[in-house]
Amino acid sequence: MTATETPTTAEGRAFGQRLLRKEDPRLLTGEARFIDDLQIPGALWMGMVRSPYAHARIRGIDVSAALEMPGVRHVFTGADLADAWADPMPCAWPVTEDMKAPAHWPVAKDKACYVGDIVAVVVAEDRYQAADAVDAVVVDYEPLEAVVDIEDAASDRVVVHEELGTNRSYTWTLSPEPEAVERAFAEAAHTVSETYVQQRLIPVAMEPRGVAVVPGVYGGDLTVYSSTQIPHILKVMVAATCGVPEHKVRVVAPAVGGGFGSKLNVYAEELIAVALARRLGVPTRWTETRAENAVATIQGRGQVQRMELAADAEGRVTAVRARITADMGAYLQLVTPGIPLLGAFLYHGVYDVPAYHFECTGVFTNRTPTDAYRGAGRPEATYAIERAMDALAREVGVDPAEIRRRNYIPPDRFPYESVAGLTYDSGDYEPTLDRALELVGYEELRAEQARRRAAGEKKHLGIGVSTYVEMCGLAPSRVLASLNYAAGGWEAASVRVLPTGKVQVVSGTTPHGQGHETSWSQIVADRLGIDPADVEVLHSDTAVSPLGMDTYGSRSLPVGGVAVAMATDQVIAKAKAIAAHQLECAEDDLELVDGELRVRGTPARSMTLQAVAFEAFSAHDLPDGMEPNLSAQVSYDPPNFVFPFGTHVAVVEVDEETGRVELRDYAAVDDCGPQVNPMIVEGQLHGGIVQGAAQALWEEAVYDADGNLRNPTLVDYGVPSAAELPSLKLDHTVTPSPTNPLGVKGIGEAGTIGATPAVINAIVDALSPFGITDIAMPATPERVWAAIQQARSGSAGDGEGAP
Amino acid sequence: MEITLSVNGVERTSDVEPRRLLVHHLRDDLGLTGTNVGCDTSSCGACTVLLDGESVKSCTILAVQADGHEVTTIEGLAGAAGNGETGALHPVQEAFHAQHGLQCGFCTPGMVMAAVSLLDENPHPTEEDVRLGLEGNLCRCTGYQNIVRAVLAAAGEVRA
Repeated sequence: MTATETPTTAEGRAFGQRLLRKEDPRLLTGEARFIDDLQIPGALWMGMVRSPYAHARIRGIDVSAALEMPGVRHVFTGADLADAWADPMPCAWPVTEDMKAPAHWPVAKDKACYVGDIVAVVVAEDRYQAADAVDAVVVDYEPLEAVVDIEDAASDRVVVHEELGTNRSYTWTLSPEPEAVERAFAEAAHTVSETYVQQRLIPVAMEPRGVAVVPGVYGGDLTVYSSTQIPHILKVMVAATCGVPEHKVRVVAPAVGGGFGSKLNVYAEELIAVALARRLGVPTRWTETRAENAVATIQGRGQVQRMELAADAEGRVTAVRARITADMGAYLQLVTPGIPLLGAFLYHGVYDVPAYHFECTGVFTNRTPTDAYRGAGRPEATYAIERAMDALAREVGVDPAEIRRRNYIPPDRFPYESVAGLTYDSGDYEPTLDRALELVGYEELRAEQARRRAAGEKKHLGIGVSTYVEMCGLAPSRVLASLNYAAGGWEAASVRVLPTGKVQVVSGTTPHGQGHETSWSQIVADRLGIDPADVEVLHSDTAVSPLGMDTYGSRSLPVGGVAVAMATDQVIAKAKAIAAHQLECAEDDLELVDGELRVRGTPARSMTLQAVAFEAFSAHDLPDGMEPNLSAQVSYDPPNFVFPFGTHVAVVEVDEETGRVELRDYAAVDDCGPQVNPMIVEGQLHGGIVQGAAQALWEEAVYDADGNLRNPTLVDYGVPSAAELPSLKLDHTVTPSPTNPLGVKGIGEAGTIGATPAVINAIVDALSPFGITDIAMPATPERVWAAIQQARSGSAGDGEGAP
Repeated sequence: MEITLSVNGVERTSDVEPRRLLVHHLRDDLGLTGTNVGCDTSSCGACTVLLDGESVKSCTILAVQADGHEVTTIEGLAGAAGNGETGALHPVQEAFHAQHGLQCGFCTPGMVMAAVSLLDENPHPTEEDVRLGLEGNLCRCTGYQNIVRAVLAAAGEVRA
């Protein structure tokens, strides 16, 4: 299993090929239809009146001026819509029995709890008129003191929701053997105690959100078009909260311009559009502006992490203790409280650790709700352990690569029963480290670093390593049940061979950039021995794909793709039964080669798949009792998560005079098992790594003490451009998962998970001559420069004091 | 105000509000929805079109400012076969396809138009030229790596 070995199966097979994407031509020509591209005759445009205060009582709303404006049909306040919904907005993950959750209505009634909270809705004939009228709605606010800081919120000095009596929503603990942890720390030769801040991030999918609802007033059904990752879940939630019978709801996700978790939600605007379309009897629509997106779409991360390691004299970790305070924001969105817990099991990462304690307290603040953002809990966990391992390396006095080698779970221990209760399916970590170090030329870099330090250069070279493991492929339904998650984690697929031999695949996954149409075609074509061009993949419309759990948590391939493979195998089994009947042979004597069912040893006796499909369609001469048609449907519930892993190495140059950090080189060696399409895997990694590096270097949702977001535009919020980045070096190893028949693992979030700690470790490494051991994220020039100044003046050089 | 634009080679005359942005004119009045809107501060470049052959962000100019000018949108880039079959893609579109230079595809029309304009001004760019030249166009999916490769490939600087 060497790093350079390709995962492709036999030459010529569709699985493993760098097949160019089927999705591309329509996206490259402007033919694809995103939500705002849809032409919906008669639709009225909605505009959202949003609170400019983070915390304010609503004393009154004067809509008279807005109603006078051209094209304005209606203005609705929270009071007007008091009976519009059967239930508040859904939170599907009550993580503890005693979790506190406020009622969250799509339009606030008495109080606004964050900047961006909707307080009224304008309905007008076009989008310009709606925008004008939003500005004409006069809201009488009584501003209240806001609570913004996570730890301030935990103190309950200011309480966001009076009816709850506290900002603490829940405390969730995983502590299998508390005495063992205490003992390990008492007996430790080395300990590490660190505090890390996971700043809030704005996901910034390039397409803002949007929704359009067409009420079939006399046709009996209601169609919701939404820029969402989760049409299937949204359908259930629209039925539950809006009181529409579920069998009368159809949800369509048109082309969706990225999500990264931010479209894995049920949003106020969706439920408002449904309620108003039903009330008014005409289509309603809304498209988010970018400035709205910054406050109205969920944000990611937002944690304070206290991380402690105990280790023996050689630096072998004997215990991990992680205590997290997580910012929920003002309300619990769909899976807000569960996000930090997706990392709860991974704070010991890739290391063989015998004692473990994790606890997390979720607190409310007067800020935009947090929820899933690429990696969701696992980047935070990986950051904490990988930063702490570097701290341990400094404490013990060994190289960061060496401290990792001493602690990796050895390859002969898989499947590995972790102290946190997971079973890591497969893994072999050290080869990814070896190869990543080789790709950057680690030994040469260390020599260069020593040489430049000795020469007193003002630009400092730093090298940062991180090795991650991720639990993904969400998820075994029984495990989700044990975590109090409301739904399951299965995925559905159906495969049908049409009478002419062409194949349609229906998938319950909802791609929005991941290329499922191409990859699923490869999986099916590979098994059937046909051309991937003869396979069409249908998805993202609940009328076409009635069953599904959608796309998030790097689940699409290891759950949805596996379901596709299993459905294909059922089709093959049925095709063999039909062919055996027609050819008068035993099913076991048949083999499927190049789209043809052949009698082994007698290749002249054969039937094409197309001929079999036509027999199944005509049903003139099928085996007794067999149903017509060549199709199969599967719902697959995985028995375990999958655990992709890898090592990332970042190389930075830090200018001590300006504080500027340049990402000079980057290597990533990842292992997601056999790759269906290596080109797509690399693309996922490129994008993920840049998002992870962006957390380290550029991105932060900056709030002032009153709860105002200070950088809501792309002028101020640091999404990187091509100019800031180097070319990334990628390689991979292949360690199949024993969990599923394809051996595959997810790769959508891995890049993000590996990158952030690698970059920060590199910066801290570069600054180590100053005695600096921490730098807050993002490591802006201002922060880095201030950290250097502080270190020089002898005060704490942690960079925390810098803005 | 009545304005006449040549859009993808076709004269289009419309009556527009003076404040109407060119991008909304193209999308909502002319039905050319390939040009996307990704921000409201002229930062993301999703709305990039060619105005008299040069790339502009169509959210930054008013429709009335384009009166009498030629506009090329993503819909006008590929050759039209005219028989219901797909026409030939522009070499830059082909390169984005061949190099996997797009994922969700939302930034893609603007990115492609910016790349066409970049190569028009600099037919033989270095990697750094491409990275700096595309600075005004944001992509959240690709990390830019394959976009840069695609533009270099289109320029014939690397093997496609």
